[in-house]
Amino acid sequence: MSKFLKATVATCVLATPVFAEGYGLGREALPEEIQAWDVDIRPGGAGLPEGSGDVWTGEEVFADYCAVCHGDFAEGVDNWPVLAGGFDTLADKDPVKTVGSYWPHLSTVWDYVNRSMPFGGAQTLEPDEVYAIVAYILYSNDMVDDDFVLSDENFAEFEMYNEGGFIVDDRAETEYTIWRKEPCMENCKDSVEITMRASVVDVTPEETAEEEAAAQVEDSTQVAAVAEDAPAQEAPVVAALDPELVAAGEKAFKKCSACHQVGDGAKNRTGPALNGIMGAAAGQAEGFKYSKALQAMAEEGLVWDEANMTAFLTKPREFMKGTKMSFAGFRKESDLEAVIEYLKSHAE
Amino acid sequence: MSDPTQTSRRAFLRGSAAALAGGAATAASAGTPDPLITEVQSWASGLGEGVDETPYGLPIEFESDVVRRNVPWLTADPISSINFTPIHALDGTITPQGCAFERHHSGAIELRKEDYRLMINGLVDTPLVFTYADLERFPRENHVYFCECAANTGMEWAGAQLNGVQFTHGMIHNMEYSGVSLRTLLEEAGLDAAGDLADKWVYVEGADASSNGRSIPMEKALDDVLVAFKANGEALRKEHGYPVRLVVPGWEGNMWVKWLRRIEVMDGPVESREETSKYTDVLADGTARKWTWVMDAKSVITSPSPQAPITHGAGPLVITGLAWSGHGKITRVDVSKDGGITWETARLGKAEEDSKALTRFYLDTEWNGEDWLLQARAMDETGYIQPTKDQLREVRGENSIYHNNCIQTWHITPDGEAENVEVS
Ligand code: HEC
Ligand code: HEC
Repeated sequence: MSKFLKATVATCVLATPVFAEGYGLGREALPEEIQAWDVDIRPGGAGLPEGSGDVWTGEEVFADYCAVCHGDFAEGVDNWPVLAGGFDTLADKDPVKTVGSYWPHLSTVWDYVNRSMPFGGAQTLEPDEVYAIVAYILYSNDMVDDDFVLSDENFAEFEMYNEGGFIVDDRAETEYTIWRKEPCMENCKDSVEITMRASVVDVTPEETAEEEAAAQVEDSTQVAAVAEDAPAQEAPVVAALDPELVAAGEKAFKKCSACHQVGDGAKNRTGPALNGIMGAAAGQAEGFKYSKALQAMAEEGLVWDEANMTAFLTKPREFMKGTKMSFAGFRKESDLEAVIEYLKSHAE
Repeated sequence: MSDPTQTSRRAFLRGSAAALAGGAATAASAGTPDPLITEVQSWASGLGEGVDETPYGLPIEFESDVVRRNVPWLTADPISSINFTPIHALDGTITPQGCAFERHHSGAIELRKEDYRLMINGLVDTPLVFTYADLERFPRENHVYFCECAANTGMEWAGAQLNGVQFTHGMIHNMEYSGVSLRTLLEEAGLDAAGDLADKWVYVEGADASSNGRSIPMEKALDDVLVAFKANGEALRKEHGYPVRLVVPGWEGNMWVKWLRRIEVMDGPVESREETSKYTDVLADGTARKWTWVMDAKSVITSPSPQAPITHGAGPLVITGLAWSGHGKITRVDVSKDGGITWETARLGKAEEDSKALTRFYLDTEWNGEDWLLQARAMDETGYIQPTKDQLREVRGENSIYHNNCIQTWHITPDGEAENVEVS
């Protein structure tokens, strides 16, 4: 705690009485309720439940729930966060801040994974799974050996690499003293030169509302064009499309586009490319590594139609136990309907 | 339509050139009567829409480009992401909720008032649970505060990058909040159990899947933190934490926990992910500052700026912008047209400026097609003067990401366009 804090708290607290009479509002929280919500873990491990997990179990669980985004070795897929490596890069031009290279407390890893991950399925992991995953993240950072077992008992002993790498806000001393002074108004410098221009980097998104509208019109003309070129047996599907619903579906598809591409040149990303998926057999995207769960259902002859797609997208994990698609499921039926219509519009 | 960047750049220029021509036309038309005046227009003859056409009104279609925008390459997906307030197109100080920037860590959730619960536990005399209805029965306060993401201007550390004040400075909004002071709620639970408050903290946490949680020292918690349920007179929008969010005046936006569900009185900070992995500021030597909560004084010219070029030709020009400080009131804003060699003091928008809130400033001036290097420099009631980017980099290096409150430069060219540049 900073000196500033200590000094001012004393005065502030003494000046005004904190203990007013109270309004008698609210009710007492029950122990079960507190236990359900108060799950934060403190440095040193205070708050941890009993349990343990080893690196190998961790690797399996991580592959199932985390690797689609964070990579098999926690190295990060695409733009998703990197969790491993980057040691001794913090003073470099582009520091790589990971659990291994940057995080000062192990408790933070346990706390965050337990509460906030997997993305789209938070608070579904069992304590032993969290211990195992944390052990595996340490292993992928070369911070433990492959026979390491993490538990509530050895947790406090673990020291993080960058534990000493933080200082408390010192702007009051290093900056405010310099920048609290009379401002210069005239002849403040000899000359001024432009040293850098944003237009050179050119990374500004420049779409105007007008162009977005134009792009949408173009999209719908594309749908029409597809209808003309499409082979006879596909024509009815396309012809039956509701353009408004397709447009709504394009918006709703934002929930999927983190992992899936459709349309011209769509590639497999975290999830398989989805061109022509409606009416197609499951698990056929070339070069995509499906989960065992999906492969099994594909072998049983799963063909995507409106009914099973609806079931899948409502609760992916319920429809397909063990799928590696970490999407929580649509809450709104209207979104779901629209996305399916949108998928149909990309017949191939 | 082969190169979309080309097109939009052209559209951009087209917009301003057309307006320039329009300006010229008006000026030249002194002799020709204006048909908009001499001819009866359809709107002056027929009827407009009746009441109730839009039970909750939206801006008129002509303003459809005044919207939040994001920078897709910044994040892996739009669910854990950020977008930016169109500050180039706004005036005054209050940000309408519908275009106030959003930052979610696991998407904007829909939480009904009926399903809302707020728990206070930890070192309190009686751990309590409040419903939304309970909160409405405590004495309420109204305050205007700015909320700025600590990463605002974070893409500009290494150099001028994004060409638009919406993108360089748009992770900010300013609203009038109605709510209950956190102090009142803590007192309701009773702080005897906490003993000496000087080294105590409160941990605040949201109800969404990210369960964003931050530790706040007790001094701040008992000072001006607000548990808010209305903004600008109406319910919070879901993207800003409906039905209840925390307001932590002057401190970084990440601490303004949305969908607030739990407040725990503790004897130390949790050191959560959002206060270790994120929202810590790496210095040049690789050590990082933590607990950098206060947003230092900052200002920026919102017009003219790259998205709001000068379109009216030579003559009177209003230069305007925003200034704010997490330390209190803005006392003065200076503007330079020559990249910081000479400065003139701007006029502040209100007789009495709010504390820890946006301040609007104006410089009513004249522009005759000169090349300008426009800058604004804020000063707050502590005497702090907004630094240049070089001053900041000298102390911090280029890798802090957060808390970049440097002086911004716009290069105004003779055609009235503005560009984000860095100057010596
Ligand atoms: C669908 C993609 C996805 C999956 C699956 C996923 N994560 Fe994440 N993870 C994210 C995103 C996005 C963030 C950043 C969230 C934010 O911005 O708040 C993140 C952040 C993290 C972080 C913090 C990184 C940092 O540097 O601050 C850790 C640790 C983590 N995830 C672990 C896991 C673990 C363990 C699992 C499996 C149980 C998992 N994640 C599954 C997307 C994913
Ligand atoms: C976080 C990443 C992610 C998100 C978000 C996501 N998916 Fe998936 N999706 C996957 C992965 C990974 C698979 C492969 C599943 C498997 O092998 O078990 C998949 C599989 C699928 C399949 C089966 C494909 C086939 O070839 O059989 C469909 C259909 C699908 N997703 C549709 C969607 C739709 C529609 C959305 C949006 C509502 C969505 N997904 C959101 C990652 C994601």
